[in-house]
Formats: sequence, C-alpha cells, structure tokens
Amino acid sequence: MAEKVLTARFDVTDSHRLEGYRADGGYKALEKALAMKPEEVIEEVKKSGLRGRGGAGFPAGVKWSFVPKESEKPKYLCVNADEGEPGTFKDRYIMELDPHALIEGSAIAAYAFGSHAAYVYVRGEFKLPIARLEGALAEARKAGFIGKNIFDSDYDFEMWVQPGAGAYVCGEETALIESNEGHRGMPRLKPPFPAVVGLFGGPTVVNNVETLAYVPHIINRGAEWFASLGPEKNGGTKLFGVSGHVTKPGLYELPMGTPLREIIYDVCGGIREGHELKAVIPGGSSTPVLTPDEIDVNMDFDSLAKIGSMFGSGAIIVMDETTCMVRVIARLAKFYAHESCGQCTPCREGVPWIHKILERIEAGGGREGDIELLSDICDNIQGNTICPLGDACAMPVRGFIAKFKPEFEAHIKQGKCPIGPIPNPWNNH
Amino acid sequence: MNDMSEQKITLQAATNAAIDEIVTHYPVKEAALLPVLHKVQDDIGWLPLAAMDWVAERLDLPKVRVYGVTSFYTMFRREKLGRHRVEICTNISCSLMGAEHLRDHLSRKLGIRPGQTTADGRITLSEVECLGSCGTAPVMLVDDEFHENLDPVKVEKILADLEARDKEAGNNG
Repeated sequence: MAEKVLTARFDVTDSHRLEGYRADGGYKALEKALAMKPEEVIEEVKKSGLRGRGGAGFPAGVKWSFVPKESEKPKYLCVNADEGEPGTFKDRYIMELDPHALIEGSAIAAYAFGSHAAYVYVRGEFKLPIARLEGALAEARKAGFIGKNIFDSDYDFEMWVQPGAGAYVCGEETALIESNEGHRGMPRLKPPFPAVVGLFGGPTVVNNVETLAYVPHIINRGAEWFASLGPEKNGGTKLFGVSGHVTKPGLYELPMGTPLREIIYDVCGGIREGHELKAVIPGGSSTPVLTPDEIDVNMDFDSLAKIGSMFGSGAIIVMDETTCMVRVIARLAKFYAHESCGQCTPCREGVPWIHKILERIEAGGGREGDIELLSDICDNIQGNTICPLGDACAMPVRGFIAKFKPEFEAHIKQGKCPIGPIPNPWNNH
Repeated sequence: MNDMSEQKITLQAATNAAIDEIVTHYPVKEAALLPVLHKVQDDIGWLPLAAMDWVAERLDLPKVRVYGVTSFYTMFRREKLGRHRVEICTNISCSLMGAEHLRDHLSRKLGIRPGQTTADGRITLSEVECLGSCGTAPVMLVDDEFHENLDPVKVEKILADLEARDKEAGNNG
C-alpha cells in the first residue's frame, strides 16, 4: 500500500483538534522552519518538486521566490480554498479533518517569502470546513503557533478565514484577491502578477490548500523523500477525487503518476456492475475528456499534458456507456455560462451561446454546421479573455467533439439523442 | 426591490460583536464586506435593501457598492425565500448518479418547480451548481447542511424530518 501523507491522520478520533495534532508531531516543522533562513525553506520546497495542486501545477517554491524581498507594502498569503471545479472535493476534507496541517503549512510558506498575514478564502457553502478551520485557528492562536514572536523567533504571523459567497470564478487567483478585498470577483489583467501587486496592493502568493498541507511534511522529512514519492518533476502524493460510475467513488491519496487504469479498476473497484467504461474526465470539468484506450496514462502534470489533456485538480469523473456525451458537455457548458463573470465579451457571449447550441443538439434540434460553429466559437474565446474561465469551457467542448464526434453527428442526423434519457437508478422504487 | 426598503434592521448583539471583530482582520474596512454580509444574512435570513444599506453605513461604503457585490454572489439572497432552503446539485458528478431524477422527485413531493417556494412559505427548492461533494453524489444542501449519497427514500425522510421539526416548533404555517 502506498504511503499516506495528507490523509494519514484522517481516521484519527478528533483529528481536527490541536491536542492530537501535536501528539503526532504537529508544529515541529514550523519550529524547524523558523530556525532556517527563509531562502533555505524556499530551496527545500523547490527541491521537493511540489507543484501547485489547484490545477495549474506551478512549482510552489518557484512561486514563492518571485515575491520581491523588499516591499514597502505588506506581503500576503492567500490560501485558495474556493474548491469549485466540478468533480473536485479534496480541500474540504483537509480543512475538516486536519486543519492544523493547513495552518502550519501556511505559516511556513508565509515565513519563507516574508509575509505575516494569510487569508483562507473558503467557498461559502463549506460551513463545516469553515467552523473547523476557525476552531483550529483559535487553538493555534492560544497555543502561540500563530500570533507574535512564534517559537521565540521574532516572527509574527496571523491568519483568518475569508468566506466566499458562491462564485466559481473566485477560484482564479486575481478574482480571489478582488473578492478578498470586498469586490465583485472579477479577474484582473496580468501583469502585474500577484507576486508583485496582489492583495491590498502588496506582493501576494495564492496557493491551494492541498499544496500548503504538504509543506510541513517536506520540512520534517526532507525534499528528497517527497520527490521520491512521485515521478520526476512531479513530487509527492496527490489527493484524487473519483466520482461517477465507479464501484467505490471517493477520495484517495496515491503517488503522483499512478496510472489512471489502476485508479479506476484497482483502487475504485472498476465500473459499476454490468456496465463498461465510456469516457473519463481526468482532472476536473475543465480538462479534456479521455477515451477508454487512453487510460494507461500516468496521472501527473506532464503525462497528461503529453496526451493533450490536463492533470488539473486530480478530480477524476468516470462515465459508463449509459452516458450521453452531448448531454454531459451541455451540462458543463450551462455551468460555465452561469459562472462567467461577464467582464470579457468572448466569454460572456460565447459560453452561453455554446450552451444553447449544445442543448439544442441534445434536444433533437441540431443542424448541419453546428459542430463547425461550436469550434469557431471556441476559437474566438480561447486566448481572448482576461482569465481562463472561457478557456475552461472551450477546452472540454473541443475535447468532447474531438473524441466523440460520431455521437454529436448522430444527434444532428437523427434529430434526437441516440443514447436516450438519463437512466433512473431507482427505477424499482 | 422589496417591501422593507424603508425599514431599519435590528441585529442581535452577537452579530454586532462578530462584525466588530471581523473588521479588525483587514487593513481596510471594505475588505470585510463579504463576511459582514454573511453575518447579517445569517441573522435576519436574507438581505433586504435596509440590510444592505446598514452594511454600507457600517463599512463606510457607497450603497451601490454593496448592492453590486451582493448581486454578484449567488449565496446572497436579495429576496425572502421559504423558511427552509432545499438546494440540489445537478452538476456533472451528481447528474451521473441520478440527481435530475431526485430533483423531479422533490418537485413532485413539494408540488413546486426549482426556483419556487411552497404556498405555505415553508420550503424553497432550487437547483444549484457543484457543491464540492462529488464523491458522495448525489448531494443537496438543506439550510446550509450537506446531505450526501442521496436516494429517493433518504430525500423523503429529510423532508419528513423537516416537517416534524417545524410542527414541534409550532411554526408550520
């Protein structure tokens, strides 16, 4: 069985409380890091190969090193706990079951790039994770792990929870910063990048919850150990959220680079009984879909990029033969249309247009030329907007059409959905 | 916008104290806008114009800024809904596990469509986007509480429990 890092404490009674966290060695990494030079902490994390677990996969230590050493304005850490990418459900478990790991990782990260304040931007629906995190912050503050002069190091650090309010776009780092400042969550033009001008105008790092939760382990056990858990340039383990038509959906911690086939068939027990695999979305709803002959891919950033998809957040959505591909991508387009912030015309107009066309095809009103039209709209969205939300719709639309074109054509030709309505799993009820 | 525009709101002491504390988290007061709107909404159940105006005054912001922010985020309710909110996710992972059938089942049981409130003002049903609970799909929120791995039997039990609680509290309309 592969080594558990982040989930090792998930089954412990009251795993969210400070007492148990300390008994398991909690906050020793922070003490160790505070005795190191900030540059040494950054170097260690760079060497570990830790890449951002929010979706983009940018090396965490490199991101921290972009923050200017000298700054007139205070520097900030924004923890991205907005977890909104359909299929993704990992950060909530870290906050619910091991919130001190996130606090400790955040304090180490902030120390490394010279920040004294962090905000955890948690999606507003996550009432329990928010409560657990606030409880843990109160415990840590009382015990002196956050506050003034931590471990007599002269280092001060504060951390607060910032609740979101139901806007997917706020998972994009500059929209998150806008929202954290009390504005509508509309992404900013880059440059300037947040590392230079971010929250309240100060240099800012935005890191995903899972990314930061690995940091104490890297400091405790060393970069080499972490790097050795995964393939080259893809260090560590990963929380994979598997949903859809597998026998055992759920959250699994596995080494980076675990083959997708192994995850679906060995870890998750294969496709639900009596059915067969039709398609897999490998990394959350924005990542291009894979067909059954592509599942021997290793689940890491570079391997998925090589076959034209993306690792994303490691959210694996499995679909069997009862699933209509047009219906699925139409539903996803509806989501992106709902979540477009409206700032850029190509996204605001193009994404709802894509949704309308896909719904029409699914409803039997498909016309010749629709597939080309969809591709043309995608062309006019991709690369023409401030943030990647429009691309996040266009990429899977292209992917579904490329991999399942005959199914789209059959809808248009037959004037109906050849797969039929979504089966009712409770038909005998 | 609503019939409370001329009224003043009154918040519980605990809400006011929480807001006073929240404001200390930031170098500028306006950054407290989202958490303060949450606190006010949790207290009075929704955000009538009078509540948004109160927040604007509390944070020294133009009213229009508060209206603009409130309308951007789906969790802020600018209309009074039913006493209970039943919000079912129909995004991809929930849909694959039959969420649309559950939505229709809820509609039949409650006699309303998503977006509507029962005639007695008890329950508002809505269809929502991904709730980040895809491994335990299908999922719905009832008054902010997650209910996972749903099926029609569980859904009916949740509705029955809600009704029993309301009857006990003596406010079943």
